[in-house]
Amino acid sequence: MTADLAILFSMAVPLVGFFGVWLFDKQPNLREAATLGAGAITLILTLIVFHAVGAGARPEVELFDVVSGLPIAFRAEPLGAMFATLGAGLWIVNSIYSIGYMRGHHEKHQTRFYMCFTVAIASAIGVAYSANLFTLFVFYEVLTLSTFPLVTHKGDEAARNGGRIYLGILMGTSIGLLLPAVVWTFAIAGTADFTPGGILAGKVDAAGPVLPFLLGLYAFGIGKAALMPIHPWLPNAMVAPTPVSAFLHAVAVVKAGVFSVLKIVVYIFGIDLLAISGAAGGFVWIAAVSILLASAIAMNKDNLKARLAYSTVSQLSYVTLGAMLATSMGVMGGALQIAMHALGKMTLFMCAGAIYVGAHKSLVSEMRGLGRVMPFTFGAFFIGAMSIVGLPPLGGSWPKFLLMLGAADAGQLAILGVLILSSLMNVAYLLSIPVMAFYMSPDERTDDGRVLGLDDRAPAGETRLGVKWGALKEAPLLTVAPPIATALGALLLFFFANALYDFLLPITEGGR
Amino acid sequence: MDPLQFIIDRYNYWIFIVLMMIGLYTVIARGNLIKKIIGLNIFQTSVFIYYISIGKITGGTAPIYTTAHQEKLFGHGESHERESHDGEGHGGGHGDQSHGPEAAGHESDDGHGEDASTDHAAEPLHAGASNDAAALTAGAGEAPHGAPGDIHAGAPNPPDALTGGDPATTEALGLTINPDLVEPIYSNPLPHVLILTAIVVGVATTAVGLALAVRIREAYGTIEEDELEDADNIAEFGVADPRDREPPPGGKGERPDGPPRGAKLAGDRLSTRLGRGGAS
Amino acid sequence: MTIADQLPVLPIILPLVLAPFAILLRNGRAAHVFAVVVCGAAFAFCAMLLARVTAEGVISYALGDWAPPIGIEYRVDLANALVMLLVSGVATLAAAFSYASIRTEIDDRQLPLFYAAFMICMTGLLGVTVTGDAFNVFVFLEISSLSTYALVALGARVDRRALTAAFNYLVMGTLGATFFVIGLGLIYQATGTLNMADIRAQLSAGPPGAMPNSMVEAAFAFILVGMGLKAAAFPMHLWMPNAYAYAPSAVSAFIAAASTKVAVYVLIRFTFTIFGSDFDFIDAMLTYVLTPIALAGMFFASIVAVFQEDVKRMLAYSSVGQIGYMLLGISFGTEAGLQASLIHIFNHGLMKSALFMAVACVMLRLGVHTCSGFHGLTKRMPFTAAAFIFSGLSLVGVPLTVGFVSKWYLLQAAFDAGRPWAGFLIVASSLIAVVYVGRVIELILLRDPPSEGLLANDVDGNPVREAPLSMLIPMWVLVGANIYFGLRTDLTAEIAGRAAAALMGGAQ
Repeated sequence: MTADLAILFSMAVPLVGFFGVWLFDKQPNLREAATLGAGAITLILTLIVFHAVGAGARPEVELFDVVSGLPIAFRAEPLGAMFATLGAGLWIVNSIYSIGYMRGHHEKHQTRFYMCFTVAIASAIGVAYSANLFTLFVFYEVLTLSTFPLVTHKGDEAARNGGRIYLGILMGTSIGLLLPAVVWTFAIAGTADFTPGGILAGKVDAAGPVLPFLLGLYAFGIGKAALMPIHPWLPNAMVAPTPVSAFLHAVAVVKAGVFSVLKIVVYIFGIDLLAISGAAGGFVWIAAVSILLASAIAMNKDNLKARLAYSTVSQLSYVTLGAMLATSMGVMGGALQIAMHALGKMTLFMCAGAIYVGAHKSLVSEMRGLGRVMPFTFGAFFIGAMSIVGLPPLGGSWPKFLLMLGAADAGQLAILGVLILSSLMNVAYLLSIPVMAFYMSPDERTDDGRVLGLDDRAPAGETRLGVKWGALKEAPLLTVAPPIATALGALLLFFFANALYDFLLPITEGGR
Repeated sequence: MDPLQFIIDRYNYWIFIVLMMIGLYTVIARGNLIKKIIGLNIFQTSVFIYYISIGKITGGTAPIYTTAHQEKLFGHGESHERESHDGEGHGGGHGDQSHGPEAAGHESDDGHGEDASTDHAAEPLHAGASNDAAALTAGAGEAPHGAPGDIHAGAPNPPDALTGGDPATTEALGLTINPDLVEPIYSNPLPHVLILTAIVVGVATTAVGLALAVRIREAYGTIEEDELEDADNIAEFGVADPRDREPPPGGKGERPDGPPRGAKLAGDRLSTRLGRGGAS
Repeated sequence: MTIADQLPVLPIILPLVLAPFAILLRNGRAAHVFAVVVCGAAFAFCAMLLARVTAEGVISYALGDWAPPIGIEYRVDLANALVMLLVSGVATLAAAFSYASIRTEIDDRQLPLFYAAFMICMTGLLGVTVTGDAFNVFVFLEISSLSTYALVALGARVDRRALTAAFNYLVMGTLGATFFVIGLGLIYQATGTLNMADIRAQLSAGPPGAMPNSMVEAAFAFILVGMGLKAAAFPMHLWMPNAYAYAPSAVSAFIAAASTKVAVYVLIRFTFTIFGSDFDFIDAMLTYVLTPIALAGMFFASIVAVFQEDVKRMLAYSSVGQIGYMLLGISFGTEAGLQASLIHIFNHGLMKSALFMAVACVMLRLGVHTCSGFHGLTKRMPFTAAAFIFSGLSLVGVPLTVGFVSKWYLLQAAFDAGRPWAGFLIVASSLIAVVYVGRVIELILLRDPPSEGLLANDVDGNPVREAPLSMLIPMWVLVGANIYFGLRTDLTAEIAGRAAAALMGGAQ
């Protein structure tokens, strides 16, 4: 199969999976097989593209013109190929996890859940491979809409409110800011294709007000990047089932956002133009403030998922920061951060879900001593948290390192301080959790010494599918194995970061 | 110019404006539906008068044609028609689209293409085209005159009215009228014909309006606008003025407790009269 | 002279002549089939016309073989061929759609009359569009308006407010038409002709500076007000929400898509073909009158729409707002703006018609068109719910739908015209559309259907079923069109682009 076709099929296969899931509505096993099958094929297809891109090719597909001069077109470049492969790979992991979680939790409307997932992954891959701003915008919007039913999955008042904020902010920013920005760019440059070196150079006055204004439209218009103050959708989206939070709100959706920011900075503005004009200077600081403020909020959240959500807001701004630094190292740091943070944060979310399924606990303060009965879950959590903080030997350390280099390159020494401070805060609010779980003793014990709440608080009439290993009361296997896998992935990426770095290097062509 | 004379000279316009305002005022200010329709009628009639007055020429007669003229005029027709056809001087206005080969498909039978008849901006046919100035300064009741034979001016165009046959010939005739022959002055028939059409439309509108008024009277028992509004408010909110409304008892947007629609499908007049919210 | 030469007149003459026969049928079902066939034939003719105009250029047809400018000319170019295609297409679908819905809303004996009025309404709208004679526009406009008043009033059996709505519509519509006629009178007095092309020629002839004089300017003002009333442009829209809300459901689906669009088309035709934006006063009028009207409509009407409990009224207010988009496109006075306007005329017809059809399905089963009827619709009437969601997203302007195409071109026109602020106002107002459409979609998706009370069951007391196929199929054809034309814009954007170029070229 040629890489051109692989691009097309990598979006078509999830949609086939969509119909497969629909078809096997009444047979859960076949239904899940359809999801997993589609996931496996998609991963292979994205790997084909990844390989081709690594060999220097730029496979492309052009479908048809929707608006004159603007086709729906795809073109794989390193950044997109990495993001697509990451998305497809983690989709499989997440699907396995979903099966455990959704069944363990007896969720309703599981068919709808899996159907929406297929559309979401297809559109995330569409964003990844998009060859022009128009295509990116189209798939960006489809991604928003397809994830809306997932966010409101529970259908209660909280879910409705969360969904309203989710859709309101994401649609509001994309229609209100991103769309005019895209049209404006098209009007200025006469093209909207992603071109190495950017398309705006020479078309706008580098010192004029248009450039920073346009950059602002993109930075805030891409609501999925969750730059403060447009981040509230992300904590609100946590009403969704954990697999949604784990995959969409740690990988597909939010990464599509920062990926778009990065892609637009690199291929529309061009690193050079931004570096010369200094248009991004203000946004570096918005991102920096966003990093620190979100971390500060995260420290005060007792709900584990909310804490992780704010941590995500903070970590996403690293990517935006890297993009806005307008240096090669900054962009590389941002690009690596997409991959590293995806693995790390997904691990944490899946662990949070496993804790919820296994122990029905969602507050951090209730997790004392829980590590003793759920060592695998908390072990994975520990590794994931280390990666997020940026400690070696985990993948997460590289992007932090590169960002610091980038900040130094850009002469923004104060940013170095911000990055260091943020890492310390990460330690405080993330690493404290496994430490608490392993080393502190639980608050309550029943007479026979069991930890209260592992079985006792399960709703009456429900049997859990938990696998019991002696005294251990781990969550179901299907919800524990995936986070362990991603945690190991984070470990592996530390050693293979160099390969990824080389792979991504072409995106900085033309940068300093 | 004497301002008074200026005003008196244009008395037809003043009549038109006064009538128009009376009509418009009635439509807006009166709550009674019948009076509204009467106002509407006055309003329309004022426009009719306006049209008629611009077509009328002092001393002009109805555009009726004598046989003698007809024969002489028809005798001149052919050669000039060709002339006008050959000499098409296309104005830019519609020049860009009308010259394709398809134009031939729409020619009338005698081969006189539509181009020839529409693109004569540069020809003497329109010599009087600026007759608007004349219209503005024209004396009372005096419709604008263009050059004789100018079909676009208010001046008479006798062949139109009578020949009734081939329009192309008519057109050509319009060009070739010998001024000597046009002794009687004709009023411009076209505005009058237009207004005949408009009167028909006006009558139809009045009829529909009155029919609606009858139906409203059947359904509400009144044709006063404020009472109708009160009735609707009472049906919907339970009070005449929606500002006095208390929060609806059964949550918002509930279907009013009227008879279920199935019952209404019997289609008796009573339910028609009460409407869906009538019973509450 | 072959029948093919008569093509421009066929879509007008056929329904006009055949409409009375519908009354003679005396049987609702037969009249329905008859109306669908006639409207379908008109649609086929319009499609052929469009194909021919695309291939061969402007068609001029002399009615009764009286050559223009004395005779009445039917002049078909791309702009009106596109509008005719929309009108006849929506009419056909609405006619096909109407039967199951309308027979529950009016008396059986009225059915043939309904279909006769429906056909005449379509004839009038097509006539307005096709004619190249200014006074003829008035005649056809009144033919369509009179039949529309009757159609709206037919809603009286379900809700007597239809009568007052129709009466108000009649008063406002007649005022509008009369203003229009005054404008025509002034034009006639100034130029001595009623043929559109000829008026144009007369206005550009003569010594420089002679035209336009104050009479011509006054004429344009009257025409703008008259057509503004018919088009329900913002401050002149008061007749519209009630007329759309209380008209029989199938009627709303048709007139919402067709009648105001035709009025906007007439405005475009007069502004650009007859007067032409090369006149300074037109330019000033566009900038200082039409732009504020358009913007006020976009915001005011959209905000009012947010607070409507009645979905049909909400859609009607949304139409006022959407008319604002069309007027905004016109007000740029550029080719791109005009193109965007024409695209939106076509696209908005598709989405609004589909939305009203979805409401009609709810009305059929539940007997209400308030928000309460939409609770949990996915669980009761999934196909209707999906149709509403898709066309609602189209109204918002989500990619892959026609609404997005409209918005894109409008934004592009705004930036091209050097008015980026207009672009931001456009998106700001479409955010309001997100709110009012999202509100209903949220009810559809996230609420549970009422389990007790009147709305727990359908109007006959049975469990709520999906709407019949005879309604679903036309509705989904429209929804399909919403998506198809959102992906393939060859037809709409390209034709609208060429039409806009021709219209603006006419002004040079």
